[in-house]
Amino acid sequence: MAEPAHDQAGDTRPARQILSDSDISRVIDRIAHQILEKTRGAAETVLLGIPTRGVPLASRLAERIAAFEGATIPHGALDVTLYRDDLRIRGARALGPTDVPADGVDGRRVILVDDVLYSGRTVRAALNALYDLGRPSQVQLAVLVDRGHRQLPIRADYVGKNIPTAASENVSVHLKEHDGTDEVLLSGGAA
Amino acid sequence: MTGWLIKGASILGRERADVLVESGRITGMGADLAAGDATVVDADGQILLPGLVDLHTHLREPGREDAETVASGSRAAALGGFTAVCAMANTDPVADTAGVVEQVWSLGRDAGLVDVQPIGAVTVGLAGSQLAELGAMAASAAKVRIFSDDGHCVSDPRLMRRALEYVKAFDGVIAQHAEEPSLTAGAQMHEGAVSARLGLAGWPAVAEEAIIARDALLAGHVGSRLHVCHVSTAGSVEILRWAKSKGWRVTAEVCPHHLLLTDELAGSYDPVYKVNPPLRTADDVAALRQGLAEGIIDVVATDHAPHTLEDKECEWSAARPGMLGLQTALPIVIHTMVEPGALDWDGVAERMSRTPARIAGLTEHGRDPAVGGPANLTLVDPAARWTVVPSELAGPSRNTPYSGMTLPGVVTATFLHGRPTVLGGKLTESAS
Amino acid sequence: MNRHLLSAADLDRDTATLILDTARGMAAAMTGREVRKLPTLRGRTVVNLFYEDSTRTRVSFEAAAKRLSADVVTFSAKGSSVSKGESLKDTALTLQAMGADAVVVRHSASGAPHRLTEWLDGSVVNAGDGTHEHPTQALLDAYTIRERMGRLEGLRVAIVGDVLHSRVARSNVHLLTTFGADVTLVAPPTLLPVGVTDWPVDVSYDLDGVLPKVDVVMMLRVQRERMNDSFFPSAREYSRRYGLDTARMARLPGEAIVMHPGPMIRGMEIAAEVADSARSVIVDQVANGVLVRMAVLYLLLSGEKGSMA
Repeated sequence: MAEPAHDQAGDTRPARQILSDSDISRVIDRIAHQILEKTRGAAETVLLGIPTRGVPLASRLAERIAAFEGATIPHGALDVTLYRDDLRIRGARALGPTDVPADGVDGRRVILVDDVLYSGRTVRAALNALYDLGRPSQVQLAVLVDRGHRQLPIRADYVGKNIPTAASENVSVHLKEHDGTDEVLLSGGAA
Repeated sequence: MTGWLIKGASILGRERADVLVESGRITGMGADLAAGDATVVDADGQILLPGLVDLHTHLREPGREDAETVASGSRAAALGGFTAVCAMANTDPVADTAGVVEQVWSLGRDAGLVDVQPIGAVTVGLAGSQLAELGAMAASAAKVRIFSDDGHCVSDPRLMRRALEYVKAFDGVIAQHAEEPSLTAGAQMHEGAVSARLGLAGWPAVAEEAIIARDALLAGHVGSRLHVCHVSTAGSVEILRWAKSKGWRVTAEVCPHHLLLTDELAGSYDPVYKVNPPLRTADDVAALRQGLAEGIIDVVATDHAPHTLEDKECEWSAARPGMLGLQTALPIVIHTMVEPGALDWDGVAERMSRTPARIAGLTEHGRDPAVGGPANLTLVDPAARWTVVPSELAGPSRNTPYSGMTLPGVVTATFLHGRPTVLGGKLTESAS
Repeated sequence: MNRHLLSAADLDRDTATLILDTARGMAAAMTGREVRKLPTLRGRTVVNLFYEDSTRTRVSFEAAAKRLSADVVTFSAKGSSVSKGESLKDTALTLQAMGADAVVVRHSASGAPHRLTEWLDGSVVNAGDGTHEHPTQALLDAYTIRERMGRLEGLRVAIVGDVLHSRVARSNVHLLTTFGADVTLVAPPTLLPVGVTDWPVDVSYDLDGVLPKVDVVMMLRVQRERMNDSFFPSAREYSRRYGLDTARMARLPGEAIVMHPGPMIRGMEIAAEVADSARSVIVDQVANGVLVRMAVLYLLLSGEKGSMA
């Protein structure tokens, strides 16, 4: 979510694939195992994906956790648009879906799920949105890619892949649910 | 007293001649006149017209001197090429007595830029119930000949009949503001597709046409003179055509804005486009131009209606109706009638000088330039164009609908009784 | 669409759809929450400038602005300088000096919001102007229909009553036809504008004939004062010919719904049993009003110079 996908005009280098289709499935499997391990079977845990691409990631994680452990883990979507700190600068944008599982977040461990962790501003907005919903007992963060360049004291509990990048580079996450393919691309940067 | 030699102008758009003006009269006309002591006014390529006469001007004095005064309106008139204006009666107090009309008349004489001919109210206080002292106004120093409740319609048919009859005694004429009031209660603009969209209460064409038909019948019945103010609809033109075919003594005027602007302009909700009668449709505009070209409509009159900013910078429905017109009338007529070939310069003189002067009984106006005749003259450069800037207009009001428009025709000189009120497109020193 | 919302006619289909989708997003964002407030417009000032009494519209806009954390200042004509004859322009200049980011205006004069845009830098939202328009009412009506019927395109909507004086009707005609609905206006001929023939709608004088062929019937308020102005002979005759009672409601097809912008005159244009029936979505309309107004304020006020689309 931190960086919308798709190449920008003026790119000087062709996009490189950082994660392939099968890499992404392996990474999701690994995060699912880590969640089970770290949360002792994912009891009292809710996965909330941050639109757009955090939502299918949360859904896939829930599906893998169910497959490994036979446990159903509630999952949903948490839109942070109305909590963003750049609305004045960038203007209004269409809202994403918000869909919180019926039992809510009170007293539960909430794992926020996003595709890319970058400045940390999206996660900041998500934390504020979450605390307007209720009072979780604990909040964790799972991301597919951590590309660095944090502007806030935020770190992920589960990271699919750390990718050192330049600020001028662009990380694009493509997921089958939205883009037809699974892959992570790195593009741009100085020539 | 030195004179003026207007050199090389085309007389009513026809032959070129030099015109010598001395002591208020034209003393010579012909090719290559010697200037002698006279000051030469170079009029090469320009058109000389008899001084324009406006049958319908609101000078606002007494009562609303913040919007216009007789003096400021006289400046606008002179700059617009007018040598006589008829001042409407809806002042405060209303010009319904000899005293008020004489006051306006003498204010006009003091300003000295244009002959101000007061119009008297038909009914006391414009209230439409009791005839004002029409005879006293006619007999006053102002020699009132036109009577009008303009702004209001003399809607009572019995009262209208009496007024038409009564003024025959002194060759008066009733100038009717044709608006059936019960059909226009709360009306804000022309009733039609645009008013339906804008949610503004409609002023139906029939409210004008019904009164014109009735008044024409009344004038025919009693053999009186009727003048119809600011005709605005195609239907009105047809009724006038019919009334004239009967031989009845009916004349009519159209305003420049009704020859150019349409009700679509109300879409901005800017009350600068609010006027009464309202701007109509493009079909009406076409019919009015045609009627004016044919002479069904006899006169162009400005309905110059100055309003203060407070009366226009507000909600549409709270705004007062009316537009400035004196300085833009001739350019609009050139733009809408002369340039398209619907009217030649003689036609302009007929509609804007000779006929209005005849209706108003102004014998020193509306006379084509001729040796021995009065030197009330307007010189216009038809090729020059100018852009309307509200703050550059004479007078304190700014409510022109033509702001930013570039119009043809610059009045370069106006002569009133042989004396220039405007030279080089500007008020002369003695005038300003 | 620019930075104001003056007329439903200014909304193209994409922009109108964005507003409805955003309203639905607002609903999702507000569901099941502990804190019924979003921080989105924190530090922004929304002025409600109401020259006409309209408690429901004013409260709806206030609630919308407050749920987005905007500061709300209400100027109502009663008891403020506007009732002492201050001009609209002077009031606008005052609001400008206060730094109003948005001015929500209700005024008895058609076009008053258009005038305000000339004197204000902030966004102007028309909350009903004279007999002109009431665009947020049309948006909430469209939202209500879409939520209930699942779509707008191809739906047959009858708008019944005093179309001539109705800002709700004008805005609904623009918006519903933009969405591809088929609109029929039903009214006595005296309560239809002369220019209605230019509108992209059908016109009927026969309510009974129209009712079996519509998916939505929207009743308009009819003011009894119109009777004194000869628009119709009596309240009883109006009610008999154009009122929606239970017998008439029975003529509606299966899923058809009944709407009313409020405030209702029960027994005049709509019977109490109809207003309270299962077909009635009148209560939904009120709730949806807040969501749609949140969407409009969000879309207009985000960004330095907010804009829709």
